[in-house]
Amino acid sequence: MDMVQTEKLVFEYEKRDEEGNVIGVSRAVDEVDIDVQEGQFIAILGHNGSGKSTLAKHINAILVPTQGTMWVNGRNTKDPEELWNVRQSAGMVFQNPDNQIIGTVVEEDVGFGPENLGVPTDEIWQRVEDSLRSVGMIEYRHHSPNKLSGGQKQRVAIAGVVAMEPKCIVLDEPTAMLDPVGRREVLKTVQKLREQKKVTVILITHYMEEVVDADKIYVMDHGHVVMEGTPREIFSRVDELKSYRLDVPQVTLLADELRKRGLKIPDGILKKEELVEALCQLN
Amino acid sequence: MVRDITIGQYYPAKSVVHRLDPRVKLVSTLLYLISLFLFRSISGYLVATIFLVTVIRISRVPFSFIVRGLKPVVLLLMITVLFNLFLTRSGDVLFHAWIITITEGGLVTAVYMAVRLIYLIIGSSLMTFTTTPNELTDGIEALLHPLNKIRVPVHEVAMMMSIALRFIPILLEETDKIMKAQIARGADFESGNIIQRAKSMIPILVPLFVSAFRRANDLAMAMEARCYRGGEGRTKMKPLHYKHRDYTAYAIVIIYVIAVFAIGRYLPLHIWIF
Repeated sequence: MDMVQTEKLVFEYEKRDEEGNVIGVSRAVDEVDIDVQEGQFIAILGHNGSGKSTLAKHINAILVPTQGTMWVNGRNTKDPEELWNVRQSAGMVFQNPDNQIIGTVVEEDVGFGPENLGVPTDEIWQRVEDSLRSVGMIEYRHHSPNKLSGGQKQRVAIAGVVAMEPKCIVLDEPTAMLDPVGRREVLKTVQKLREQKKVTVILITHYMEEVVDADKIYVMDHGHVVMEGTPREIFSRVDELKSYRLDVPQVTLLADELRKRGLKIPDGILKKEELVEALCQLN
Repeated sequence: MVRDITIGQYYPAKSVVHRLDPRVKLVSTLLYLISLFLFRSISGYLVATIFLVTVIRISRVPFSFIVRGLKPVVLLLMITVLFNLFLTRSGDVLFHAWIITITEGGLVTAVYMAVRLIYLIIGSSLMTFTTTPNELTDGIEALLHPLNKIRVPVHEVAMMMSIALRFIPILLEETDKIMKAQIARGADFESGNIIQRAKSMIPILVPLFVSAFRRANDLAMAMEARCYRGGEGRTKMKPLHYKHRDYTAYAIVIIYVIAVFAIGRYLPLHIWIF
């Protein structure tokens, strides 16, 4: 079943001068077609200003397309009647962990979403406990979010989305403001959620290492989808990726350089183990 | 700075007072504050003191912690006392020199006023010591709920209060960061007179405001993304329910108010030292 589907999605915003007069129109997203199936792990890659975050905000109906259509779980995001259904089926985790935590206590923040949905009190408690457990933050339930590390805050934010029981979670550069430890924590949590809850995950990022496990990758540049395919397909096109100002994972880069020097190494190496294997089979 | 003020802080402890419904505490505090102005005799003060001391004892908030909360208002207290002392002219003159006259009435009023103010502050800070900010906002929201009928956005105000509470430490931290960044760029916040110092705050305030607005924008988006659409149709994770002890507390407070009123009015135990 289609979870998220777009058809020639265009988003334009008006550029204004200092007095507020429109001086031009800028296309942040230009005729994008993507198709995400239920249960998939999809990554959207792109450099700053490639339109990937703008696209992500469409999935949650924070923005609505200027032209074209976006369907989320079979619902058109342009339809005001469906707005809250769309937002409930596609939860969103943002970049800055501080600016998305509303509650002054961890468990109250996780309960915020279900409260808004009108879930009965007993069930809210159940959901809060479940989702805090699934992100491994249950022992912090009575803590103040201010005293948590970046990675922990982001896990709380994820729990807050999980408690709303969405079918799809959109993560808009969730690791961009974290240190390496926090980044690993968050990615592990996301992976665990995919395995346990079978949710569809759409990860927006510019870190290549985070997307090697994805089912499908879309690469965006200047509002267009310029590449799409499995990680193996995408990462075998090292030069093309570089032209979009994206770095490939170090292992892939090393393999690519070795191949250019004449070693017989297969295309699209994603993980250290694969490279080791390929090197061992050389003789 | 802001961190030193204990008024409005929460003191975690396990006591009956802590467990009471926030509505009970809000209403009781209000009643207690009103009750302080219902009498003018020593007997009334006696009852009010016994009540206050008992509640403090039950709440298990250390007395020293409460006294510390009085520090910021000492100046205000002194001014009130001095005004009452020198400007009230009634009863016998106790002391007269140059333009200073102290009358018996003045002295009594000054002492009474000081005690009243101290009790007022202790009473209200005892409420904040025993109630978490969240409970407090919930309590205020529930108590003001009837105002919804005359289109007062009660839920929105309560939501704003709790968000403000959440962001106070974040903005404090940010101020600290910006200050350090500006010091690193050669800014001087410590020398000069008061006007120069105020002016030197501008390089802190401008970035702070810009970042606060940006945060507000992000937060609003995050709230909408989590289906926030105002108070309507919203359920509560921690709804307020009166329990047996809450009714008992109400009864005790009402009995106290009647007692203080009756004793203060009809049993005027004037023990003048003078």
